[in-house]
Amino acid sequence: MHIVVCISHVPDTTTKIRFNKELTQLDSQGVKWVINPWDDLTLTRAIDMKEASGGKITKISVIHVGDATTEPTLRKALAMGADEAIRVDAVSSDSYSTASHLAAALKELEYDLVLCGIESSDYNSSAVGGMLAEILDLYSVSSVSAIELKDEGFVVKREQETGKETLRISTPFVAIGQKGIAIDPRIPSMRGVMSARTKPLKVVQGESGESYIHTMVYEYPEPKGSCRFFQPDETDQLADALRREAKVI
Amino acid sequence: MSIIVYIEHLEGKLKKQSRELVSYASQLAEKTSQKVTAVGVGDISREELESLSRFGASKIIHCSNPEAATLENQVYTQLLAEIFEKESGEILILANSFTGKAIAPRLSVRLKAGLVAGVVDLPESLDPFVVKKKIFNGKAFAHSQILTKSKILSLNSNACEVKEKPVESEWEEFSSQVSAPKAEIVDVSKMDADNLLTESSIVVSGGRGMKGADKWKPIEELASLLKGATACSKPVSDEGWRPHEEHVGQTGKTIAPDLYIAVGISGAVQHLAGVSSSKTIVAINSDKDAPIFEIADYGIVGDAHEVLPAFIQSVSKLD
Ligand SMILES: Cc1cc2nc3c(=O)[nH]c(=O)nc-3n(C[C@H](O)[C@H](O)[C@H](O)COP(=O)(O)OP(=O)(O)OC[C@H]3O[C@@H](n4cnc5c(N)ncnc54)[C@H](O)[C@@H]3O)c2cc1C
Repeated sequence: MHIVVCISHVPDTTTKIRFNKELTQLDSQGVKWVINPWDDLTLTRAIDMKEASGGKITKISVIHVGDATTEPTLRKALAMGADEAIRVDAVSSDSYSTASHLAAALKELEYDLVLCGIESSDYNSSAVGGMLAEILDLYSVSSVSAIELKDEGFVVKREQETGKETLRISTPFVAIGQKGIAIDPRIPSMRGVMSARTKPLKVVQGESGESYIHTMVYEYPEPKGSCRFFQPDETDQLADALRREAKVI
Repeated sequence: MSIIVYIEHLEGKLKKQSRELVSYASQLAEKTSQKVTAVGVGDISREELESLSRFGASKIIHCSNPEAATLENQVYTQLLAEIFEKESGEILILANSFTGKAIAPRLSVRLKAGLVAGVVDLPESLDPFVVKKKIFNGKAFAHSQILTKSKILSLNSNACEVKEKPVESEWEEFSSQVSAPKAEIVDVSKMDADNLLTESSIVVSGGRGMKGADKWKPIEELASLLKGATACSKPVSDEGWRPHEEHVGQTGKTIAPDLYIAVGISGAVQHLAGVSSSKTIVAINSDKDAPIFEIADYGIVGDAHEVLPAFIQSVSKLD
């Protein structure tokens, strides 16, 4: 079996976000780029499944849409344990163009399972996985908190605020992972880092795709009004403020 | 032309955000002279759905396809796409929830409708159509222009004020032929729909500063006194002090209650990503420099184990 994991390349969650003066572009100076936290987990799970599969899962590919500056992120994925990386050489401008590029590249591959994360922590649109599935006319299962190889298919947990469903799904399909799919992301070992240097990183040309959304301008959030402090023995006053001022209790 | 609003419910009760979604659509419809149609799927009563006419829904469609009992992404996509087209929909509005995240992207492709997810305000302009959305986990906003004729907006909580706008509503039952989903459902386990974290107006949340699973009594007591829910930070659920369903933040649940009380929580950016849309935030923390105080409205610098019992006393004295 062949698993393809879609990888987004994002600023580390603790990075301070800055834009250019016109507020039309992210200022990438000083930004530390990482694998999107969700994709870190889905990739970890894919590698775990491969190792436990007794040879049934033969290959894990990671695929990403971006220019050459994103290659260190793909090398990191290879160091974690992916067998091959594919970079679709294009700069996408919205979720739809990203999904279209990925779909075009996937059409050239044979695969059994596509894994995506529930959200990319840059634009927070939670859209690429579902769009990709719709473009490829594949079954999709969302908010996946567990996935396991079982016989010729997979057993998947779909978890939402009100409960869990366990599904048995035959390949191929798209699974969109969330919390639980893996606990901690894999840290590449020294050996992993060494072997990543010689693993294949293929570049395929992205065709200029259509986009549905255009970001006009960015905005910084307004600083919050300052906090009103009470002394530890002023809990009566706090309760009173919540009742009369904030009107929330 | 109409604005279609997809409404979610929990065990037949409208979700808290439903009125907001319909009210958002109505406020938008006033500018575009469109009609607002609310769509509910599954086991929900006519009375419950028709209550949305108070907020401006002039048509209510109920879809009873049994295949939609579980969140089959393709089934929902087909049903909503058919309704959207049949009603000459131009804008589709839904919640940026697990369901919204599952179906909005598929619908975007199916309907060739640009999707803006995580919308926080009414559109600032209609031509071009521009809305504001949260990005970088709340560290910035983007003003996004939708380039397609049909449009999909998935709304964060508190994206607009809820305004009453009573109208007469028309009722329609809808069902369609859908093919059997490819997956086989092996098991379904439902959680108690009462006191659901994402639905609660008040949330009391504990962090590592609570110091252990056996120290949670005052958190639970305060939550039950305020008829709210309990939550926690990520390390707390990682440690197994609390069930993982309680974990809020970037990698946990996103909540937007009226009141969020953070006790012994430092306020890391990843934590704030899940709670920063709360209307009022109270922080209790022994470290006066904890970042949680930067977004809190009210704060007490002190030991949680002393402040919390006193605060519970104070709250119970209120009449
Ligand atoms: C990719 C990624 C995703 C993440 N996602 C999330 C997420 O979704 N949600 C989340 O919460 N975290 C998340 N984190 C972790 C986050 O970075 C913080 O580590 C975490 O939020 C800290 O939890 P805490 O505030 O409970 O603990 P700490 O940071 O240890 O803070 C404990 C606080 O308690 C206070 N305290 C100690 N004793 C007392 C006392 N007696 N009385 C009162 N106060 C006391 C301390 O002053 C301190 O401020 C994520 C991290 C990463 C890297």
